[in-house]
Amino acid sequence: MLASTEPVTDAGDNGAVISVRGLTKRYGDVEAVRGIDFEVKRGETFGFLGPNGAGKTTTIKILCTLARATSGSARVAGHDSSTEQDAVRRNIGLVFQDTTLDSYLTAEQNLRFHAALYAVPKAAIGPRTRQVLDMVGLWDRRSGLVSTFSGGMQRRLEIARGLLHAPHVLFLDEPTVGLDPQTRSSIWQYINELKQREDITIFLTTHYMDEAENCDRIAIIDHGNIVAIDTPEALKASVGRDRVQIQTADDPAAIAALQEIFGLEAAMHEGAVTFSVPAGEQFVPRLFAELPVAIRSVSVSRPSLDDVFMSYTGSTIRDAEASGADAIRQMAARWRAGR
Amino acid sequence: MAANVTKTQGDAPRTGDSSRSNATAGDGSGVVLADSRPALAAEIRVAVPERGIWHDLRAVDIVWRRELIRFRTDRLRAITSLIQPFLFLFVLGTGLSRLAGRGMPPGVDFKTFIYPGVLAMSVLFTSIFSAASIVWDREFGFLREMLVAPVRRSCLVLGKCLGGATIATFQGVVFLALAWFAKVPYSAPLVFTLIGELLLLSFTLTAFGVMMAARIKQFQAFMALTQMLVMPLFFLSGALYPLNGLPAWLSVLTRIDPLTYIVGPMRHEVFGHLAIPHTDLQLLAPNVTWGSFVVPTGLSLGMVALMGLAMMAIAMAEFRKTE
Repeated sequence: MLASTEPVTDAGDNGAVISVRGLTKRYGDVEAVRGIDFEVKRGETFGFLGPNGAGKTTTIKILCTLARATSGSARVAGHDSSTEQDAVRRNIGLVFQDTTLDSYLTAEQNLRFHAALYAVPKAAIGPRTRQVLDMVGLWDRRSGLVSTFSGGMQRRLEIARGLLHAPHVLFLDEPTVGLDPQTRSSIWQYINELKQREDITIFLTTHYMDEAENCDRIAIIDHGNIVAIDTPEALKASVGRDRVQIQTADDPAAIAALQEIFGLEAAMHEGAVTFSVPAGEQFVPRLFAELPVAIRSVSVSRPSLDDVFMSYTGSTIRDAEASGADAIRQMAARWRAGR
Repeated sequence: MAANVTKTQGDAPRTGDSSRSNATAGDGSGVVLADSRPALAAEIRVAVPERGIWHDLRAVDIVWRRELIRFRTDRLRAITSLIQPFLFLFVLGTGLSRLAGRGMPPGVDFKTFIYPGVLAMSVLFTSIFSAASIVWDREFGFLREMLVAPVRRSCLVLGKCLGGATIATFQGVVFLALAWFAKVPYSAPLVFTLIGELLLLSFTLTAFGVMMAARIKQFQAFMALTQMLVMPLFFLSGALYPLNGLPAWLSVLTRIDPLTYIVGPMRHEVFGHLAIPHTDLQLLAPNVTWGSFVVPTGLSLGMVALMGLAMMAIAMAEFRKTE
């Protein structure tokens, strides 16, 4: 394979394409990111998992030069994202959580606009446009106005556009939020295909547990801090306990009894009494025999990333989002107002 | 998907040839074929080059082009923004000429008198509101696509100002075609001078709109504020009445209005091409005065240009900021 004219400039000492050190970001009194460190290796798919308002979008904005860090440093593709903005921008592709397409233009016009802004050599625009549109299955719709596209088609077009200039790092901010399950899985199919075709590092944020499973490594972020970083498997193994959820006739009594009889910390999550034990199946018979409260249903599950999230942050991601509703609104307003 | 892959491979030879020949042409192109991976026959590698002057110009060009494309698809806007000047010229102009016509020298139509001002008005709305798309783009995300691109933000602002100026001038030219109805002669020097002046005016007004859009983040607020400013700009410009012999307060206000410095020269130009005595020209279309100082046409236009450039510079500085 012939290399591109600009070599992949991974300045990282150990092949890290993204390296972040002691990064913080304040918006007035709000500390959105509170000193995080992490590295993303070349070719990796790295996921930021956390509830809305945890600091994911702020981090992505700093990495892709749209916001300045309050302190700490972020290097992307070997360049400092606050002092070498241009160099960083040349090397990254972005897909934002809300659409950034011009709906008055056709798909192809949107790509041409992008190609000019990224100085894609004129001779390459045609073939490359075809290639990326083929990849997301939109070549036949290239002359269609974006305003006539469905949400899923728009997201696919955005992914195609993000790849048009062959970036070394692709940022996907909540790539499937607001899409139906079928479209979500097709987007993931494109992303996985992409990983095989192109020499690319992917950094994505998500608050869907099942999506995080697609990543090579995950950082769990909560209240602006990274609470854990590892592969999905290792994170799940680290929990080491199964999750048991029971529906009972009297939930508070059940929680009290679990504490008293078994010494287990139980809490209400998603409308069920939830606790975790080392070997779930073997525990269930004891539960029926000894718990004085009537049990209506039981479910035992292997640790999922939900449990990982819960064991590191003390709440499920949905609970965290419900309680953080105000924070979300604040962040959303800020993100919209930001440029 | 399978069908698509086949298509790509079918295209591979042509693609490869064109990009190779381009690379040998030596434009520093980053198009290289990766053909060592047989499964991906048509891999096209692209590298974004270092920023240079050509890249900057390409960015200006594409932002400008986008304005034109959007304007072309938005015919309704083109038509509606011509309605107001049309009303002013034909309804107000005809109606008022029964009164105001008595103040006109013989052989001069009141419509001719207000024509230059109304012509300026025909570009007023379009140019200021073309900047509204920045606010719109901010709300709908497209602005972010531009702001993360590896281009100078000043190029984006310049492209935007030129784009707004171009479409507004185009509107002005459509209105210029109606000059005959206002008894303004179609003479080539007059038409070209007026188009040049319209271009200058449109540029300055667009720059003004872009400067506002850099600070104002809400679409409604932008529309309300600009709408509030547009009418005073028009009324104080002397578009509908001569600027000499006004009460002091109004005289001062008209001299603050930037539009005054373009309506004056435009009217002077139009009346210069009419067969009327010099005294009538001085009466109806005098140069703008500051006290006893007569502002020459060149200075008048130069000020408008300077204002436009200054406002564009402010807009550029505003867009360079990072959160």
